[in-house]
Amino acid sequence: MKKSGAQILVDCLREQGVDTIFGYPGGAVLPIYDALYDADIRHILTRHEQGAAHAADGYARASGRPGVCLATSGPGATNLVTGIANAYMDSVPLVAFTGQVVTSQLGKDSFQEADITGITLPITKHNYLVKDVRDLARVIREAFHIATTGRPGPVLVDIPKDVSSAVIEYEDPGPVNLPGYRPVLEPSAEQLNRAAEAIARAERPVIYAGGGVVYSGAHRELRRFAELILAPVATTLMGLGGFPGDHPLALGMLGMHGSKYANYAVCECDLLIAVGVRFDDRVTGKLESFASQARIMHIDIDPAEIGKNVRVDIPLVGDVKRVLSALIERLKAKLPGAWQEKIQTWKKEYPITYEENGRLKPQQVIREIYRVTKGQARITTEVGQHQMWAAHYYTYTRPRTFISSGGLGTMGFGLPAAIGVQVACPGETVFDIAGDGSIQMNIQELATAVNYDLPVKVAILDNGYLGMVRQWQELFYNRRYSYSELVNPDFVKLAEAYGAEGIRVEKPADVRPALEQALATSKPVLIDFIIEREENVLPFVPPGESLDRMLG
Amino acid sequence: MRHTLAVLVENNPGVLARVAGLFSRRGYNIDSLAVGRTDNPAISRMTIVVEGDDRVLEQVTKQLHKLIDVIKISDITADEYVDRELVLIKVNAEPEKRGEIMQIADIFRARIVDLGRRTMILECTGNEGKIKAFEESLKPYGIKELVRTGKIAMLRGSRYTNINSNGSKEDD
Ligand SMILES: Cc1ncc(C[n+]2csc(CCOP(=O)(O)OP(=O)(O)O)c2C)c(N)n1
Ligand SMILES: [Mg+2]
Repeated sequence: MKKSGAQILVDCLREQGVDTIFGYPGGAVLPIYDALYDADIRHILTRHEQGAAHAADGYARASGRPGVCLATSGPGATNLVTGIANAYMDSVPLVAFTGQVVTSQLGKDSFQEADITGITLPITKHNYLVKDVRDLARVIREAFHIATTGRPGPVLVDIPKDVSSAVIEYEDPGPVNLPGYRPVLEPSAEQLNRAAEAIARAERPVIYAGGGVVYSGAHRELRRFAELILAPVATTLMGLGGFPGDHPLALGMLGMHGSKYANYAVCECDLLIAVGVRFDDRVTGKLESFASQARIMHIDIDPAEIGKNVRVDIPLVGDVKRVLSALIERLKAKLPGAWQEKIQTWKKEYPITYEENGRLKPQQVIREIYRVTKGQARITTEVGQHQMWAAHYYTYTRPRTFISSGGLGTMGFGLPAAIGVQVACPGETVFDIAGDGSIQMNIQELATAVNYDLPVKVAILDNGYLGMVRQWQELFYNRRYSYSELVNPDFVKLAEAYGAEGIRVEKPADVRPALEQALATSKPVLIDFIIEREENVLPFVPPGESLDRMLG
Repeated sequence: MRHTLAVLVENNPGVLARVAGLFSRRGYNIDSLAVGRTDNPAISRMTIVVEGDDRVLEQVTKQLHKLIDVIKISDITADEYVDRELVLIKVNAEPEKRGEIMQIADIFRARIVDLGRRTMILECTGNEGKIKAFEESLKPYGIKELVRTGKIAMLRGSRYTNINSNGSKEDD
């Protein structure tokens, strides 16, 4: 059968089960867009390619299926870069397709040429420039295989215009064969036995769980594991929802903005069981004093993470779900003792709280969002103080319900991500908890939400500052608020101009009615919460300090 | 400590950039890198000499493994192996000095591959120590130009670094 490159692409996407792609057209992808015109694939036209990448990312994080985005060559491709880097840092399965100038013009600084495979080399799990249409189907199958297996990550496929328009007699390339790519899924029995022994012997175990738990679908196993050995569970930002936040063993988040009890537990444990994490500096604080009394066990699918930042005593390489299941089989239930008691005392003694003073507090807004959504919403965030409040004051009980830019810390992620989440989870309530600074980085995506009737709700915690920057300036730069104060547009009018609904809230009493109003409509809604301007995120471990040196 | 890695890679465009980029990005120090095709035209072999302690080497190896195009990595440092490098040196060679230079060449079993009016090009192969000694001996005459290939290495005896029958990625 004769097929064009573009047709091959569309057929391969269908074969991979792709139902939606997020994209933006341009010259080099015109053949692809022509094939999409009558393809059985939904295309969401974002208003910026960065929005397309983040939306595909949000779609992937919420659904567990690969997210797909598409952009033209040159500026279209470079606009994807932040989104790709974001997906890379957080191990999100993303397949990005870019158009490229025709092969004969490659390397000549042609119009809208950018060496996107070169540019994305360090921020993709792998990437391809397809110079021959006969390679296209094979490459696309490999791209999806690589993006979704092992430690997930973004893969970019760059397709010159003459490749997408070339017509060939199509031959099926057969199954993927990558001799250099064999992720290790099964842990070794020897490692498992050592680990089980160490767990059995531990008196003060703590579990430190991250995104790997969520991605491998191991939340049930983690819960059983924790309950079996009675180990409290601290999660990273990426791990929120991987363990029920309302569980008696839950410690909430650890690290720079962790709870005091999580950080104390890590400081005093004798066995730290790290599960699907990468010992980020925002988590460990000062490395020398991190879990300094403990032996460290590290369970991860990526062998390169073992020993990268900290010395690991007991490595366990494999898929988190399989490793935990295998460990559970080898372990006996533990009985509660002094350690469990101590944890509960800490939890009572150092709860995460804020001071109520009659003015509108960001923490209160998040608590109310939690209440009106009964804890069942999918939350995305931007980056800043509001992100940390969203992590602390909404309780996440299910995986894939908290979706936030962790590793890269990308302002502007939340709104387009919410769009992707809403596409993946129609009928669910999706909130972007935003800052007044961050929201302006991809505010144009309100048009996308309106265009496609995606009822995402945006809650801006509007402090008139780049609040997290201001907090650091307050604490470490003697209150010199250098360029961190914002002069903002009228967000309500802006929302209305986009065809969304806009609500402004200035008093604590108005929070709930506003949220109820927002949930009552099927339109996208933006709520501008004018909050206490100089509220700080607490507790807070100053950068480079040991985890037990918390402010607040 | 310096380690010698034999790395088999798929002969895809960009594979050298991926490997080199990895080393510079993660701050690993490459002493030398030599690359060329193997008997299988789809596969190239890199010999990488890298400086670092055991922890660094472990990271280098694991990070290299993550590259999809990398098929197999062997750290052969601790094994018996043959290593060679080839150097071309263009040296000042006024007629009255040529005899001396030819004697030096003899000692190192180097070959004279070009004779100009005032210069000679000598070709020498050997391990690093020999190449260094050779260079030192020629220095007094004035080296005009020097180019070396970087080290290549191979295990001695019947052991070999190759893709095993099932083609899987492993290191030994
Ligand atoms: C793209 C990008 N640029 C800059 C930063 C640095 N940064 C981190 S938080 C922050 C302030 C965010 O302000 P806002 O969105 O209003 O959130 P707030 O902290 O006030 O809640 C900045 C500028 C970033 N994370 N991302
Ligand atoms: Mg702000």
